[in-house]
Formats: sequence, C-alpha cells, structure tokens
Amino acid sequence: MWKLFHQLASPPHFYRLAAVIAPWLAVPGILLIAYGVYAGLFLAPMDYQQGDAFRIIYVHVPSAYLSMMAYMIMAISGGIGLIWRIKLSHAVAAASAPLGAAFTFLALVTGSIWGRPMWGTWWEWGDPRLTSELILLFLYFGYMALRGAIDDTAKADKASAVLALVGVVNVVIVHFSVEWWSSLHQGATLMRKDGPAMDPGMLYPLLAMILGFTFLFGSLLLRRVRTEVLFRERRTRWVREMILSPEGS
Amino acid sequence: MNEYTAQPPGLLSGLWATARRDLLLAWKRPGDVLNPLFFFAMVCTLFPLAVGPSAEQLEFSGPGVLWVAALLATLLSLNSLFLTDFEDGSLDQLLVSAQPLPILALGKTLAHWLTSGLPLVLVSPILAITYRMPGSVVPVMMLTLLLGTVSLSLLGSIGAALTVGLHRGTALLSLLILPLAMPVLILGANTVSLAAGNDVYTTGIWALGAYAVASLSLAPYATAAALRISNE
Amino acid sequence: MEGLAMGNYGAYVWSCFGLTLVVVLFSDWRARLRQRRVYRDIEVRIKALEERQ
Repeated sequence: MWKLFHQLASPPHFYRLAAVIAPWLAVPGILLIAYGVYAGLFLAPMDYQQGDAFRIIYVHVPSAYLSMMAYMIMAISGGIGLIWRIKLSHAVAAASAPLGAAFTFLALVTGSIWGRPMWGTWWEWGDPRLTSELILLFLYFGYMALRGAIDDTAKADKASAVLALVGVVNVVIVHFSVEWWSSLHQGATLMRKDGPAMDPGMLYPLLAMILGFTFLFGSLLLRRVRTEVLFRERRTRWVREMILSPEGS
Repeated sequence: MNEYTAQPPGLLSGLWATARRDLLLAWKRPGDVLNPLFFFAMVCTLFPLAVGPSAEQLEFSGPGVLWVAALLATLLSLNSLFLTDFEDGSLDQLLVSAQPLPILALGKTLAHWLTSGLPLVLVSPILAITYRMPGSVVPVMMLTLLLGTVSLSLLGSIGAALTVGLHRGTALLSLLILPLAMPVLILGANTVSLAAGNDVYTTGIWALGAYAVASLSLAPYATAAALRISNE
Repeated sequence: MEGLAMGNYGAYVWSCFGLTLVVVLFSDWRARLRQRRVYRDIEVRIKALEERQ
C-alpha cells in the first residue's frame, strides 16, 4: 500500500497515471452534467416562489461548492507539501488555485445574475454567502499574487502553503462573522436559495450537476497538475527520456 | 559571577530584548509613529469631504469610518515591521539566534502594536468626537480598537513576514492581510454601531477578545515559519 | 419551444448557463494551451542539446 503511495508521489508515475485517469473522470462528468442540465432546465418542476429563475441553482451551487473544495485542496496539499516535503503536493496546490478562482468568479457572477430578478439588485451586500464568496476570491488572488511575486519555486511553494493554511482558518471565521453582520443589518430581502425541502425532481439534477462538476474539476485539475509537474521537472532525466522516446507524450 | 554561574536567559528574555530594541528605534524616529497617526486622521477627514458633513450621516457612519481608517493606518505601518531589519541584516541575526523565533517575532509585534495600535486607540476619541459619537459610546469604541489592533498587528506580522523583501511588497501585503482583517473589522465596527444604538454589544467585545487571544497564541508560529521561508 | 423563454427569466437563466459553459471551456483551452507550450519548449531545448552532442 505504501508502495502505491510512494509511486503516486513520484512525478514520472503520476504524470503517466494522471493521463490515464483523466478521461475516466471527464467522461462521466460530462455525462452527468448533460443529464443535469437537461433535467434541470426542462424536466424539473418550476419553483413556487421564484419561477423558472431558480434553475440558475444548477450552475450556481456546483460553482460555489467547487470554489470551496478547490481551496481546501489547495490548502491541504500545500500543508502536505510543507510538512512531508512532497513536491507533487505543491504542484497540486499551484494547479488548483486558478481553477478555484475561476469557479469562485462563476459563483459570484451567477449569484449576482440570480439576485437581479430575485432581489431587484445586481449585488446584495446583506447576503452573507455572496460576501463571503467575494472574500474567498480575494484570498485566491492573494495566493496567486504571492506565488507570482516569489521567483524561487520552492520558496514560493512554502510561502503560499503557509498563506493557504492561514487562509483556511480565515475562511471559516469570515463565514461566521459575515453571517453575524448580515443578521444585524438584515432586511426581509434575503432569499433562501435552496428553498424549503426540495422536490426530488429538483434535487436529482442538482446532485448530478454537483457530482458531474466535481468529476470534471478533477479531470481539469489533473491536466494542470501534469503540466505543472512537467514544467518543474523539465531538467530531469525522466522528462528527457520521455521526450526523446518515440511516443513522448 | 562568571559565565558558569550566571542565570541562563529565560524564555521571554528574547521577547523583551527585541521589543525594547524596536521601541528604542521608534523613539529615535518619531516620524515612524506619527505618520500613521496623521494618516488615520486624514482618512477620517476624507469621508466628510467626500460624502458631505451632514450630522446624522456622520454619526451613522462614524464607527465604520473610524475602523476602516484604523485598519488602513495599521496596514501602512506593518510594511516596515521586518523591512529595516531585512535590509541591514539584523533579520538574519534573529533567524540564527538561540531564542525561539516565535518569541522574537512576538517581541517585534509587541513593539509594533505599542507604536501603532496603542497610539491609534489613544487618538481615536478626538476623531470620534468630530463624528459626533456619543460620550457613552467612545469607551466602547476604544475598547474595540484596543482588542482589534492587537489582532491586526499579530495577523499583519504574518503577512509582513511572507512579503518581506519582495518587489512591490506593499501592495501584496495589503492584498494578503485585508481578508484576514475583515472579521476584525466586521466585529469591531458593528459592535460600536450596536453600542451607539443602545443594543447589546458585549458579544462583539467577547468575540474580539477571543480573536485577539487566538491570534496571540497562533500568529507568532505562522510568522516565524514565514520568516524562515522568506529568508532561507 | 416555450421552454426557452423560461417564463420571462430566460435572459438570466441562459446567460448563467452560457457563462458557465464559457468559463469551463476557456479554462480547459488555457490548460491545454499551456501544456502544449510547456511541452514544446522543453522538447526544443532537449533536442537542441541532443544535436550538439
């Protein structure tokens, strides 16, 4: 079992393995998303309060979920890299940042667009989740900015790992403090996006979307990690041999 | 007494030593202490200039404006926390010292708070009065600032350690610290608003206190780790 | 198809789905682009070193 773990952490093994695994994530992911989109848009019954606008949930929730999952991946793999000095771990952290930021951006924009017909405004500071999500975006930018500012890769890895770990604690605290703040200033405008109990016709497409997006995220991440690994290991022998050999890859 | 019978340095001696050194340095350069204070006052002036001096608007926005100004002034002063030491090589001395680095980092942060956070707290009532803050609310505001600036100095030291010596470190420092500072800002400003509205505000004070204590216990380690990473 | 109108909310719903699609495709495209560029850069350098020997 440890042998498998060691193999996995070895860059050349990971590089080859990831290429094999990625399609097994991408294809089910796309299929699940296809079902989710179709069912969510056309089969799910209309919401009593929000009409058809609630269907935005099918892209908004997966995006928000991924934005947070990506951050956890970033922080945990950074931590693993920092504590156990596994280079691959740092590559995973570096690769997940732009993806996480992209999904955070999506969550914010879809949330804003959803808010327009629901609250009558493009932005509602009073919504704790929107505000926390915005702060999460700032955290991602800070992480990427710090990585970009440090030239030495190893140093950048370690510094950003410290930042991500400190940020994880912060994400939790921000969430609670923004909720408290929002409750202080709350008007009657806050809409509970997931409504009361969800009709199964509404729920299944949502679950499919969340799962599908997660798989898709995994495949996207694998490609980025492979590129990251390739770049970091560009001067090693295994890369040289791989490129010179007939099929390369 | 010779070196065999003298007392070995205690755990906190490094803390007092670095704090004393920084305080002495600050004493010799009063500008370093006064500039952020003037900045604080000027930011407080900017708001009425921009949005108009209506009394109720001032009173309403007072807690928030004062807090944002305090936050920005602290950010300004955090920049130089490790910078001068980095530039003249004393930071390396701290890194190789036999004293635990978290303690030394805490000492520098203590000095920083004494020369930026504490003066802010002391100066704030003057500005609060210009914002027509009721006399009963001013002590609450000072208390929130007292606890808040402690957290800000501690959290800020992490950011300062991560960015010390980096090109364009200032902007990056702000980008890194502001998300960390947001809960403190939220708690501080809103607690004062609650007090102004005669609502129960003690939860906020407890939360700020908890935040300060948590920062005190955890930040020095993160700062020390960041210092080692930035300077290896 | 009345489904497309989404009860007056069509613009909002479709723009959200559309934006999601765009962001995902863009992200994938950028990732592939970077991968190809990194690979090619390394390949060029390694082949050049090989020539020299």
